[in-house]
Amino acid sequence: MATDRSTASRLLTNRAFLTVCLFTTSLAMLVLAGLLISIFWQGFGTLSWKFITNFASRKPAEAGILAPLLGSVWVCAICGLVALPLGVGTAIFLEEFAKRSRFTRIVQTNIMNLAGVPSIVYGILGLTAFARLFGAFGNNTEDALVFGDEESLLFFRLPFGSSVLAGGLTLMLVILPVVIISTQEALRAVPSSLRAGAFALGATRWQTVWGITLPAAIPGIMTGAILSMSRAIGESAPILVLGGLLLVFNTPKNLMSDFAILPLQIYNWAGRPQEAFHALAASAIIVQLVVLLLFNGLAVLIRQRLQKPLQ
Amino acid sequence: MTTMTTATLKLASIALLTTASVFLSTTTPACARTNDEQSEKSTPPAAIKGAIKVDGSSTVYPITEAIAEEFNKVASKVRVTVGISGTGGGFKRFCAGEIDLCDASRPIKKSEHDAAVKASVEYIELPVAYDGLTLVVNPTNTWCSALTVEQVKKIYSASGGVKNWSDLNPAWPAKAIKVYSPGTDSGTFDYFKETTVGKDGAIRSDMSVSEDDNVLVRGVAGDEAAIGFFGCAYYFENKDKVKALAIDGGQGPITVSVESIENGTYAPFSRPLFIYVNKKSAERAEIQAFIKFYLAEAADLVGEVGYVKLPDAIYAKVSKNWEARRVGTQFTKPTGETVAGPLAKVYE
Repeated sequence: MATDRSTASRLLTNRAFLTVCLFTTSLAMLVLAGLLISIFWQGFGTLSWKFITNFASRKPAEAGILAPLLGSVWVCAICGLVALPLGVGTAIFLEEFAKRSRFTRIVQTNIMNLAGVPSIVYGILGLTAFARLFGAFGNNTEDALVFGDEESLLFFRLPFGSSVLAGGLTLMLVILPVVIISTQEALRAVPSSLRAGAFALGATRWQTVWGITLPAAIPGIMTGAILSMSRAIGESAPILVLGGLLLVFNTPKNLMSDFAILPLQIYNWAGRPQEAFHALAASAIIVQLVVLLLFNGLAVLIRQRLQKPLQ
Repeated sequence: MTTMTTATLKLASIALLTTASVFLSTTTPACARTNDEQSEKSTPPAAIKGAIKVDGSSTVYPITEAIAEEFNKVASKVRVTVGISGTGGGFKRFCAGEIDLCDASRPIKKSEHDAAVKASVEYIELPVAYDGLTLVVNPTNTWCSALTVEQVKKIYSASGGVKNWSDLNPAWPAKAIKVYSPGTDSGTFDYFKETTVGKDGAIRSDMSVSEDDNVLVRGVAGDEAAIGFFGCAYYFENKDKVKALAIDGGQGPITVSVESIENGTYAPFSRPLFIYVNKKSAERAEIQAFIKFYLAEAADLVGEVGYVKLPDAIYAKVSKNWEARRVGTQFTKPTGETVAGPLAKVYE
């Protein structure tokens, strides 16, 4: 009898917890669905090929997002290409190679803290470090050291100025701590018996990392990459501080090109007095979601290609 | 309930959008025609090459965007880029010589002028349009349709102590007044503060503040006892949702309109918007062409983006200042004193 009651009460607790879980999940889904539906409702009508291929305009019917769209793609691509190798490398060093010491503890604590720094602070850092290179080449663009022709793909100058390269590197600073921490977590989740097995067979540390640990950690690393890239594409504050633009009648040609980004364009349109621009803001949000999905799809593809089943 | 209101809003926006696109498609030929006429008036050679860097106020941005859009059609080899760091952020870059033009929703400050002098940057100040700050209440507010500047000051100042509408006028209902204001960092707020409580006065802190003026429109539209203010562009777009108050600056109540702002009777809440040009940049052909184009087209284009054009006499005066490359601001005397008052007077 006593056992029965305890079973019943345990089942009740189980069911109650399940209900709470279902409730919180559906609440989150409902909010998200509401948001998406209202965005699509508002922005789908103004979404057209012309909207993608036109530059900005004061006339809502002619306005498009070509410059900010390609600007966002360039900046995020640079950001990802730099942040992922750097972040994963740092995490591998800290987890697999470095000995536990006062130095690694200080580094670890700093990375944790950096993950919580407001992104606008990175914007200020990016402005000084990348856009102006600490003033080492003077503060005026006329004083810049120029390499190559301004129209060519290989054009380069020092300092970088408010270019796609400076923007990408600044966003790299924003997401680097997240990439490092999530990669570390993924590496820690790899069972240590796998490493022990590799070492027992005479593998070097490098062979163990490259052949065993890293492949096993790829899913976790890619999840971290997806989350941080989602953050990078939505950031506007650091780019605003960096001197990011709103109106450009060119698409980026090389690393030194001027650029606009989608979040700033969306922010500006949403704040305009004319209702027609609010619809354009919603359309731009849809486009940004698609771009984000494409970036994340790429990450999923990489994950599937590199993932080796544990045997 | 919120979802219902948003749904209706969405419907309204779709309806508005359709009307807007119909309107736009019917007016496009007319626009194209005026462009041809104007390009004859101030033809910048299509051969000019170069880059023009603009940054600054997001209030002035729609004007510069409109000008740059049209300029790009006639001089496609000139790359105009515009940022929106805000008036303060723009001046910081402008005074360091990083950009050619600064969009500004207020005159340059003494400290910014000093920074420019230090970096040996000389500048030319060019007013390009008016914005009229509009005080609005809810359409169901039947008791109040005009306020004196003194009353506005009393409502918004920290020491005014206005809690209910009846504190302003005993005949008005004893309803708690709900005060809305744009963000305290904005040029709009700066101008409003200076014209009401003055530079050293304090604005009350129990206000609903938003950086997005559309939020203020919605706030006032949804609250019977609310009062708020924002640029006239937001009022012109939302005439059905909020009611504008006439302002009595001493010569009887004046309602806000394109005419009353342009002829200067809507005082003291109409404010000038500026562009500042770096004098060194002004030596370049592309900048000269752009500014000439800007001053010639502004009168036609500012209305389209929700602002009010300056009287022709002021445009003429401004063009003259530009041709003469008259440097410095006309809002600060050489002695450091600030010149106040309507633009027409400052630019006499």
